[in-house]
Amino acid sequence: MTNPLIQLRQVSKAYRRDSLTIPVLQGITLDVPEGEFLALMGPSGSGKTTLLNLIAGIDRPNQGTITVAGTDVTKLGESELAKWRARHIGFVFQFYNLIPVLTAYENVELPLLLTPLSKAERRQHVTTALGLVGLSDRVHHYPRQLSGGQEQRVAIARAIAADPTILVADEPTGDLDRQSAEEVLTLLDRLNKEFHKTIVLVTHDPHAAQRAHTTRHLDKGELQ
Amino acid sequence: MRVFKIVLRNAFRHRLRTALTILGIATAVLAFGLIRTIVTAWNAGVTASAANRMITRHRVSIIFPVPLVDRTQIARVPGVAGLSWANWFGGVYGNSSDFKNFWPRFAVDANTYFDLYPEFVVPPDQLEAFKKERNACILGRKVAAEHGFKLGDVITMEGDIYPGEWQFVVRGIYHGRDPSVDETQMFFQWDYLYEQVKQREPGRNTDAGFFVLRVDPPGAMPKVSATVDSEFTNSSAPTKTESEREFQQSFVSMSSAIITSLKVISLVIVGIILLVLANTIVMAVRERTREYAVLKTLGFQGRHIAAFIFGEALLIGLAGGVLGVVLTFPLVRAFGLALPGFFPVIRVEPITIVFALGAAALSGLAAGALPTARVVRTSIVNGLRMIG
Repeated sequence: MTNPLIQLRQVSKAYRRDSLTIPVLQGITLDVPEGEFLALMGPSGSGKTTLLNLIAGIDRPNQGTITVAGTDVTKLGESELAKWRARHIGFVFQFYNLIPVLTAYENVELPLLLTPLSKAERRQHVTTALGLVGLSDRVHHYPRQLSGGQEQRVAIARAIAADPTILVADEPTGDLDRQSAEEVLTLLDRLNKEFHKTIVLVTHDPHAAQRAHTTRHLDKGELQ
Repeated sequence: MRVFKIVLRNAFRHRLRTALTILGIATAVLAFGLIRTIVTAWNAGVTASAANRMITRHRVSIIFPVPLVDRTQIARVPGVAGLSWANWFGGVYGNSSDFKNFWPRFAVDANTYFDLYPEFVVPPDQLEAFKKERNACILGRKVAAEHGFKLGDVITMEGDIYPGEWQFVVRGIYHGRDPSVDETQMFFQWDYLYEQVKQREPGRNTDAGFFVLRVDPPGAMPKVSATVDSEFTNSSAPTKTESEREFQQSFVSMSSAIITSLKVISLVIVGIILLVLANTIVMAVRERTREYAVLKTLGFQGRHIAAFIFGEALLIGLAGGVLGVVLTFPLVRAFGLALPGFFPVIRVEPITIVFALGAAALSGLAAGALPTARVVRTSIVNGLRMIG
């Protein structure tokens, strides 16, 4: 494998709870090539969400280096890291996390407000993203007016609107019924195959993991 | 979609809570505005004082008269360009327990007094009529309107300092040259007072309550004061000559404890505004900690989050402030109408509006500071774990 898009070297992470130090990840080394669809599986508490958070730059390791698209994210300051996330990461949460007072359109437009795009260009991006997830007819709906599956599709549209380098998804089907989950997985599959998005997916669901090219298992903070 | 749109949507996410907060702030601002206006009204006499007028009174107290004959000696002092005199009359009109029946009444020298007070604008024909009739009086526009007095009406009142029944014919109605002028006073001829007292109470002296001096140039006031007072140091009625501003201030300072208390209360009210607003903002931000973590995940930085929170706090604070200021006007008007004698010049000054809105805005900024710091410091991972 040459020039992996995501490169983790001896990454360790531990949390402190009062006087206790709880190790979560230990000596993780991982390469993810561009265009990969990687599924991370493992039991609860195995550290898969923490690993995803580290790759997405929303958490910092205690040890090791994380290089994404040529940037060592562990060396970035808070402000630089925020800009880096805006440019490179699209995050899909288990519970969608849409802003309830904003419409589907406005939710998808949110990350674009951080870009130098004009209003017309933003509109084009939002329309394309919502069209891609099949919600062109729901642009003016608020999250409370959408089903869980539709909310998650809006969340995916928000994640891809700014055309990020990597799409990270933390249990994106965990809160959905079977049919909605299938739609979301198909959508992720399509984003990977048609648009060559590099995807890192955390899931408990073996069925969901089957959509990925590669599945890695975590157990007690170590990659198997 | 811009920051303001998000701020606006967030502010009215819980409409009832926001509405109650705005009402709470408005009520506090209303109280703040009213108190500041009362303090300003209390000082209205001081504010409206002329820069070139001085008052000469008995050194011991204003209640002791000064001999009228002293006027000749005072008028000769270099710098004194004009002189008049007046007496506080008092008197009771109608039901004495009704506030609106109280207004200031002065016996004044008809020929000179209005020359020294150009801010009391009297139509020339009315002033002439006033000078020609011994028991004529001139009323302020407000007091005339309040009681429906018209030219030619006879006002009857009971004297207290000068006992007996007194009758005055309304021959003039003055209005103020500008809004700061008291339009609730009544002036009648000093000669009428003198003659009546002589008839009713033979042996009682009627002298001047105080002299009013016009000083030219105004810079000569310290010298005039020193000269006048030194001339009467060893007389039976030693004098105290001071600027009109100082004279008025001496009345206000008698109630300085009340004014200080009111000022302290107005500061307490600012604290109440802050607490009302802080309570709402802290609750709102706590509920949205997870959303702010999501925004940070998307790439929004601390300054963006701060703009959302401060924007919301400012919006709610200023909405309450504006509503409070708007409501202050009718309240002050009603207050002035209810107590015309106590607050002849009561109006909401621009500085009061600035202070009220400034207090609301500052409270907004202060209320947003702590929640903003907390949210900005909270890590994304911890923020995402929060359940609002």
